[in-house]
Formats: sequence, structure tokens, C-alpha cells
Amino acid sequence: MGGSNNGSNNIPGAVFAQNMWQNFLRDKQAMAGLLIVLLFLAVGLLAPLIAPHDPLQIDLANKLLPPSLSYPLGTDHLGRCELSRLIYATRVSLSNSILVLALILLISIPVGSVSGYAGGAIDNILMRITDILLAFPSLVLSLAIAGLIGPSLAHLLIALAAVLWAGYARIIRGMVLQIKEKEFITAARASGASHFNVVTRHIMLHAMTPIIALAALEVGGIILAISGLCFLGLGAQPPTPEWGVMLNDSRPYIQSDPNLMLYPGLAIFLVVGSFNLVGEGLRKAINPQSGGRMADR
Amino acid sequence: MGRYIFRRLLNLIPVLLGISLIDFGVMSFVSGDPAEIMLSASGIQPTVEAVTAVRHALGLDEPLYLQYCHWLWNVLHLNLGISFRSSLPVAAELMQRLPATLELTLCALCITLLIGVPLGILAALHRDTLIDHACSMLSLAGASMPAFWLALLLIYYLSVRLRLFPSMGMGGIGHLLLPAFTLGFGLSSAYIRLLRASILETMQKQFIVAAQAKGMTARAIMLRHVLKNAMLPVVTLLGMNFGHLLGGSAIVETVFSWPGIGKFMVDAIYSKDYPVIQGYVLMVAVFFVLANLLVDLFYALLDPRIKLR
Repeated sequence: MGGSNNGSNNIPGAVFAQNMWQNFLRDKQAMAGLLIVLLFLAVGLLAPLIAPHDPLQIDLANKLLPPSLSYPLGTDHLGRCELSRLIYATRVSLSNSILVLALILLISIPVGSVSGYAGGAIDNILMRITDILLAFPSLVLSLAIAGLIGPSLAHLLIALAAVLWAGYARIIRGMVLQIKEKEFITAARASGASHFNVVTRHIMLHAMTPIIALAALEVGGIILAISGLCFLGLGAQPPTPEWGVMLNDSRPYIQSDPNLMLYPGLAIFLVVGSFNLVGEGLRKAINPQSGGRMADR
Repeated sequence: MGRYIFRRLLNLIPVLLGISLIDFGVMSFVSGDPAEIMLSASGIQPTVEAVTAVRHALGLDEPLYLQYCHWLWNVLHLNLGISFRSSLPVAAELMQRLPATLELTLCALCITLLIGVPLGILAALHRDTLIDHACSMLSLAGASMPAFWLALLLIYYLSVRLRLFPSMGMGGIGHLLLPAFTLGFGLSSAYIRLLRASILETMQKQFIVAAQAKGMTARAIMLRHVLKNAMLPVVTLLGMNFGHLLGGSAIVETVFSWPGIGKFMVDAIYSKDYPVIQGYVLMVAVFFVLANLLVDLFYALLDPRIKLR
């Protein structure tokens, strides 16, 4: 299922990128998704200003309260303000998924571009490594690594990046292979640019837009993976406000206080859904022929 | 066909070796001395002598490459080590729980197809209408829904409130439906999109124009030509998803207390039962690779051009 953007083959990079942004900005669903994503980002950034209470403040006298003016969404089993915890959890989820993405790109961009540009034995070795990593269902391997290093949010991020970079490296390699054949690369080489310069200045510049789109398409999946593993107790540890952890905390109270499991799940659903809308819009904008099929998850 | 199968089986060897290397390698992520952890797991005081004895018994005092060779030799003889917690062979423990996971996985795949295929066809037939948009919204919802939340919602509304289904454990079909739906619903979104795109693509092919020109009815074209061709990518996805389901079932099995290998693995993580974690990863990876191989062979059977590549 390689990310072959056939449509852009003959179009110079700059024009292709401009068209893409125009297409993207006209996509109403993608814009709606972007709006919600920006809203969540704002909530995450401004958490200390808008949260009505301290998300860690335990108050057992006020546990499991129904919604009220002082606690708009009530309190959890330890008397902590549910709304404040949700708000701070936005911060945790978004910042950590971006961190995972950064780690993935940090590994996959060098590997993918070296592999695609150098070719030959180096390419062969690097691609065999990705083949083997891709032979594992990704969630299984990250689950195992996170479990083996021991539960903590930092370990979880390392485990996810250590597994997920392989797919990206392959796609980026494909992009580099395509760009490498273009005339302006030959021109750059002929005018004396070093291999390092060609890769960093010329090839990466043209690969950047599709890489950003690829990344946007995956943020949703990464948020789901993080919250899922946190739900299992392999990531953020209590009392950290995190949506997966909050959902797990709510399980014993599912009969008496079902609201506690409603809100965190709804938050994940909304964020992931909006990221998926944005990613889908970007993908359609890059490759309008594809009738909107989601890449393999 | 025979040569193709042989070539594919030959290609499997380096992949399986690579899998074994990584599975052996992940054990280096373990924080702490496995010998000490094994002793504490079985309730023995980890004194220096005891730890040295266990390290020797487990072969941990050998050089790394020898450890790998011994481990691989054992794995080839289906010996995945002894569980720290139960002191039983890991392979037997996994095999005992595998049927439950397979039952869940296959049922989930059926539900995925039952939702995904009709809606994918419907969306393609009514392209750009309200029906199409509704299908794409549903598919977006499926892709964005955290499985563990869907599981809790189903438990709350269908088990706690309406008392239609049991919320945990294994038993009759009632126990199976909620976890299988949880797994299947999320996956179905990919099928709706894939089948829709695939049908629309096939309908533009020359042989469809030819069929129309010779006066075939739209219904016959759809059934005999379009669907047969459009189902090919669906078959590929099915193989890929089988492996992902085996992995994804860990969360769902845990929520529903389903006694399969996924829950076994999560419990092993909590109790630091490393041989079980290692054995589970190896088993799922081998299943994943074999499922993909079967799909490729089936694919080659459906589309003879593949063999030539």
C-alpha cells in the first residue's frame, strides 16, 4: 500500500504543494476537524488558566459528586474535579502523541532518506530491518516492550517509536526514490552540491509536505495507542490525569457513576476523529484520485 | 503454483529468523536481573547463591550469542521456556488459551465483514448521496472509537442497563457477542472505505464498459464482474487484520475477562512473567506472517498475474 502520489509525478514540487493547500482549505470536513483540533490544542495549552480546580487535589469528603456549579462535571472516586482532570489530560495526550511522532520522524527520516538515496547494500540492510519490524503486529510489539521496560509514560513513548518508525521509513524511502530521479536533483549535483546537501536541502524540502500529511494522518492512531496502553496500566501512572487512566479508574463505578467513563472516552473519540478528518483531507488534497481510502491501520 | 509456493516459503526463513532475533532482543529491555525476578516471582529469597544458581540454570552466564543459539534451538523444538508464575511450560499455557482467542478473532472478523461489505457496496452504489455520506461518517466513527471505550459503553448500556448480555467471562454466544462486536466494529471502517474505493475503481475499467456494451444488466455486471475484482484488496486486508486482531484483542480480552492469550499476556506483564511475554510475541508474530502468506497464496490463486512477479 505504498504512498505513491502518481498525480504529482510530473508537477514541479512548488506548484504541487500550492495546489495541495488550496484543495485542503476548501475541504469543509477537514476544516471542521482542524477547528476541533485547534480547540483541543488551545485547551491543552491554557489548561492552568481554564481548569476550575487542581486536577490532583484529592478531597475524599467530596467524592463521586454529581455535576454542580463548582464541579461542572462532578468529581471522581477520590473527589478530584472531573473537568479539570479532563482538561489537563488533553495536555498529556496531545504533547505525548506529538513527542512520539517527533521520535518516529527522528528515526525514519534519516533511515528512509539514506536508504532511498544511497541504494545498494545500505538500502538492502536497512529495508530488511524494517521488513522484520513490520512482520510484527505493531501493538503487540509495543505492548511487550513497554511491559518489559516497566510501566511508565516515557517507556511507553519509547516502545511506540521503536516499533512504529519502520513503516514511515519505508514510505519516506519511496518518496526519496521518486524525487531523486527528478531533473533538479541532477542539476544540483552537477552544480557541485554534496550528497549531504542534496538530501537535506533539495530532497527533504520536497518530501516535507507529504511527510507532514502522513504524520497528520497518523496522530489519531498514535493517540489511540497511547490511551489504550495507558488504559492497561502500561503508561501514565496515577495520579497523572490521562484519558486512558481515567477510563480505567472509572471501571469499578460503571454501575453507580457511568458519567465517569463517558467523558474521557468522548474526549479521545473527538480528538482522534478530528485528527482523522484533517489527515483524510490532507491525503485527498495530495492525491485527489484516491477515493478516500484509509491506509492500513 | 508449486514453484511460487516454494519461493514464498523460502522467503519466510530470513523473516522468521529476524523475528526470533528481535523477540530474543526485546528481553534486553528488561529492567533488572531475570534470575532475581524469577526467584521473587516464585517466592524464594533471592540470595547471591540462589541467583547464581538460577543464572547458571537459565544459561544467563553464557555469552549472548550462545544464549540466543540455545534459545532458538529450544524454540524450534516448541519449547518456549517455563512460566515464572505457574512453573508450567509457556507453550502449553499459550496453546491452552489460543482457542478462546481464535474463537473471538474469527467471530470479530465475521462481524467486520457483515458490517463492512454491505455498507461498502451501498456507499459505492449511491456515490455522493446521503447514504454514501452516512457510511463514511460511520466509518470515521469506527476508526476513531477507542476499543476500550466502546467496550465500556456496550457493557454499560447492554449489560448493566438492559441486562441483554453478560459483561464478562466466556460461555455461550452471549458472552462472545460484545467483545467480538467491539473488535469488529473498529475494523469494519477500513473495509467500508476500501471496498467503496475498490468498486468505484473497478467500475471504470474497460471490461465493464465491454460488458455494458454487450447488454448485460447492471445487476449482473455488479455481481459477476465488479464485485469479484473489487474483493481482491479486501482479501489482503483480511489477512493483515487477522494478525492485528490477535494483537488488538489484548485490550478487549482484558476488559471482558476473556480467557485468551491476550489477557494472559497482559496478566504476564503485571506479574513480570517474562518467558510468557516473549513466547506470546513470538507466537503472534509467526501467526501474523503465516496469515499473510496464506492470503498471498489465495490471492495468487485468484489472480494468476501475481505469480509472475
